[in-house]
Amino acid sequence: MNFTTLVFIILSLLTVVSAVMMIASKSPVHSVLWLIVVFFTISGHYIMLNAQFLAIVNIIVYAGAIMVLFLFVVMLMNLNADSEPIKNYRIQLIGIISGGVLLLILLSSVMSIDKSQLVEMKVGDEGLIKSLGMNLFKNYLLPFEISSVLFLSAMIGAVVIGKKEDEAENKKVN
Amino acid sequence: MMLLSIDLGLVIEKLVLIVVVISASLVIAMYTTFAERKVAAILQDRRGPNRAGPFGLLQPLADGLKLFFKEEIIPNLSSKFLFILGPALAMMTAMMTSAVIPWGDKIELFGRSISLQIADINIGVLYVFGVVSLGVYGIMIGSWASNNKFSLLGGLRAASQIISYELAMGISMIALLMVTGTLSLKEMVLQQQAGNWNVIYQPLGFLIFLICAFAECNRTPFDLPEAENELIGGYHTEYSSMKLGFFLFAEYINMFISSVIMATLFFGGYDMPFVNETLLSPNMAALIGIVALMGKVICFIFLFMWVRWTIPRFRYDQLMHLGWRILIPLALFNMLLTGGVILYFHK
Repeated sequence: MNFTTLVFIILSLLTVVSAVMMIASKSPVHSVLWLIVVFFTISGHYIMLNAQFLAIVNIIVYAGAIMVLFLFVVMLMNLNADSEPIKNYRIQLIGIISGGVLLLILLSSVMSIDKSQLVEMKVGDEGLIKSLGMNLFKNYLLPFEISSVLFLSAMIGAVVIGKKEDEAENKKVN
Repeated sequence: MMLLSIDLGLVIEKLVLIVVVISASLVIAMYTTFAERKVAAILQDRRGPNRAGPFGLLQPLADGLKLFFKEEIIPNLSSKFLFILGPALAMMTAMMTSAVIPWGDKIELFGRSISLQIADINIGVLYVFGVVSLGVYGIMIGSWASNNKFSLLGGLRAASQIISYELAMGISMIALLMVTGTLSLKEMVLQQQAGNWNVIYQPLGFLIFLICAFAECNRTPFDLPEAENELIGGYHTEYSSMKLGFFLFAEYINMFISSVIMATLFFGGYDMPFVNETLLSPNMAALIGIVALMGKVICFIFLFMWVRWTIPRFRYDQLMHLGWRILIPLALFNMLLTGGVILYFHK
């Protein structure tokens, strides 16, 4: 067993444990914090795959922006397990079945890998900024532009929804 | 069994460098608190702290000692672990950025050529940006764990302020990246050493970056998260003893680190103007480089203080208006302009 394999195993254990803790913890704020830990460990995996750009973007976008907003909302809503009981057992059942199916698919793909070599260092440069840029702006320019239009429309949509509620409230006050 | 394939000398070298950089930033931040009080005193025509040691030079030590000996109060209804995690995170994220900053060029020591940068990663600028975006967690977690309405409001203000100004900061950085064409801070400094400082190409970008840096450090005129007349102490209302000290101290480290970042990105980093470093011996060049960088940093820190003791605080809606309606469009315009100029001259 070499050093990188050891790091990989520790990182994977951390990922799985914090993911389980995210589901298992009672307080929603703790859940969010565990999820942030999961994002960090996933970034660690990206670095091991020689994809530093993806790793840091994962931290900036998910841990730095999206989870801050999550934490914001959860802190303000003051949720806790007692006030939000899930009484509908049918939904729970459906959740268990669909989650189980996903687990099966993941397991089957994991079983098919070559287990003799768990990690490879410094191979592949797909995650580096240069190759990503070349791919995005040369080979996949059209899909990239279309997705940017999609993002723009989503942004405008968010602004419109926010504005509408604002106006409705103003009318109520007046 | 050899676990590591890299040589031990490199590990020791990096460890020593990390210890030196972190303790140097701590000491500098400590004396920044002293300098702040002295600058405030000069601007307000007072003497400032002058009792502890010659010229009051031992004042920061006395302050630290006082904080350590104060009674430590942890609110009963708070989440204890998160309450302690808050200031710890604030300190940690403040220190983490120092890893990618080139503090100087190489030095020759014991027959080894040692680079004065802990990690020259190819995504240096993005790393800085990532750590900046994490800085908000310490404040948010600490404010929530305090279980106090004023703390929570202060924390929310801090978070929304930092998120808002991060955007303009990022866009102004993109314009800079278009000019330099690299994400490595070391390469940026080398480019500026060979040519002109980036501030000549990006004056508007620098201005936006400077304003955003003030906001990210929670410095006046953007210190609304701890506006005492409406929020008592803001996010650190419930904190006492050294945990309060950590929150306040993290602000000074942030100020120091963002001064270093601004000097590196826009003012040539460790480049001493009008001196040709290649003619000097490597150790001498490195020494001059460190002195040059520190000189620029001191100028920036003084600017931070000057503004603090001159300009009053914004109102919160003015702050949001400045961030979203003025700085972001201005940064976008700057980006477009930079792109247009680069395209026109095929630079």
